[in-house]
Amino acid sequence: MAQKDGGNLAQVRRVVLVLSGKGGVGKSTITTELALALRHAGKKVGILDVDLCGPSIPRMLSVGRPEVHQCDSGWVPVYTDADQSLALMSIGFLLEDPDDAVVWRGPKKNAMIGQFVSDVAWGELDVLLVDTPPGTSDEHLSVLENLRKHRVDGAILVTTPQAVSTGDVRREITFCKKTGVRIIGIVENMSGFVCPHCSECSNIFSKGGGEELAKLTGSTFLGSVPLDPALTTCIEEGKDFIQAFPESATFRAINSICRSLLSSLEVS
Amino acid sequence: MSDVPTNAPEHCPGTQSEQAGKASPCQGCPNQSFCASGASKLPDPAIAQIAEKMKTVKHKILVLSGKGGVGKSTFSAHLAHALAADTTKEVALLDVDICGPSIPRIMGIEGEQVHQSGSGWSPVYVEDNLAVMSIGFLLSSPDDAVIWRGPKKNGMIKQFLRDVDWGDLDYLIIDTPPGTSDEHLSVVQYLTAASITGAVIITTPQEVSLQDVRKEIRFCQKVKLPIIGVVENMSGFVCPKCTNMSQIFPPTTGGAEQMCKMLNLPLLGKVPLDPRIGRSCDEGMSFLEVVPDSPAAKVYQVIVQSIQDYCSNLETEEQSTI
Repeated sequence: MAQKDGGNLAQVRRVVLVLSGKGGVGKSTITTELALALRHAGKKVGILDVDLCGPSIPRMLSVGRPEVHQCDSGWVPVYTDADQSLALMSIGFLLEDPDDAVVWRGPKKNAMIGQFVSDVAWGELDVLLVDTPPGTSDEHLSVLENLRKHRVDGAILVTTPQAVSTGDVRREITFCKKTGVRIIGIVENMSGFVCPHCSECSNIFSKGGGEELAKLTGSTFLGSVPLDPALTTCIEEGKDFIQAFPESATFRAINSICRSLLSSLEVS
Repeated sequence: MSDVPTNAPEHCPGTQSEQAGKASPCQGCPNQSFCASGASKLPDPAIAQIAEKMKTVKHKILVLSGKGGVGKSTFSAHLAHALAADTTKEVALLDVDICGPSIPRIMGIEGEQVHQSGSGWSPVYVEDNLAVMSIGFLLSSPDDAVIWRGPKKNGMIKQFLRDVDWGDLDYLIIDTPPGTSDEHLSVVQYLTAASITGAVIITTPQEVSLQDVRKEIRFCQKVKLPIIGVVENMSGFVCPKCTNMSQIFPPTTGGAEQMCKMLNLPLLGKVPLDPRIGRSCDEGMSFLEVVPDSPAAKVYQVIVQSIQDYCSNLETEEQSTI
């Protein structure tokens, strides 16, 4: 593994992990939406997708399966636009067949993550968001070990309202405390569904768990994002939800979380 | 699938490789002479021990998904409840999600402890004929995090399969974490000599799920694990007020139905979203008992019947070849 002390992350101003003990709560969705909101706010953003078994971000940003090129400093990230305001690196780009499973044990995953952290030529970024798989295992330990040589500014924890979810996220909070990662705050996703036909709100995945968890653990509650079929459709189709639905309650929720994140990171 | 020990150097060929102990990266590795002697390629003795233990277990069913949060644990728990509704059957549920063990809560037995005896670990009983084992029972606090790398997780899974005193079982359901990594490889490898009945694959309708689930299906094919069928969860939501249907997780590429057609796999059922399911799980109750007439419960019963039929057909086939 090539060591590039300070090299490729030297011009990355802030690094934020997006974590959850629980799978399927919307880590990748929230990572994508925060990245788009940050870009909308004029920031240069990168996303590092270290979910080796289930890399979702390429589809969410509609980048397909581009070839990844090398330059003198390492791998060139894939840019989602001509302005190069949003850069992405994911193992999804390195697979020949998108249906191929990455059936690796821990040590091999650790090696790949090490390369991802050190060998991507990010250039200048305001914020690098690191999307992770669920759990508290190899990927998380490796990402931290490798990022520590550069910087880790904190973590956002994503949960859904139910106890089955917050139960796992409590363990992720312990992980952060044990590994010395600052918890920027908790985001509650899938927080209620407003029926588009009659506007009745249904709490499909229960209610209030995210805020309770924040209180219980002394963390900041960053906000809740509702279940919104318009958002899930944009994510499916790789469309920019921020551009498509700027007037929506969902966008206001995401934007508010984005502003809290920027203020917590003190990125001017 | 080659094994790379945690203390191996970079470019380790793997302990199962022909080059094990003999390749140039092996120089200076603490395992070099062990690998070169061929001892690393001997099968793990636990495999035979587990096969012996599993002789009293008729059907072993894995619940898998490449994707997190699609309802594997919810499904596993309710499959266990449904199979145990027949009190003549002995059912057990093993939770191998080491980092995020949800099963104790969903089964309403959070906080229970595991006991050791001469015959091994005693699982926790939900009913007389329904036993559960999870790392959740070994943790002293709900805040305890299991921050383990692969090899340590594998060790725990080996213990779960070898050292739990299940007794005679008709069904052992194994709930897994999302992905295709240590836990999945270990379960399949440790059960090599014990033969797994099959896997039930869980997905939700969106392509974001399906793209991970296809990988899981590939994994099953790679390790020659039979697939009983696919369950599509969170398949539409009917508003309780106006009864209109919304596709919250839209099947933009045809959902599980299209995927099953393309891959020639049985679609066992499509379970709609129902807030009562999540609530039941949070409260540790079986929603099959709480709301047995709900559309979701009815679909579940059909799915469970398909799985029971698959298992009994297999039994009949095996008996006819003896």
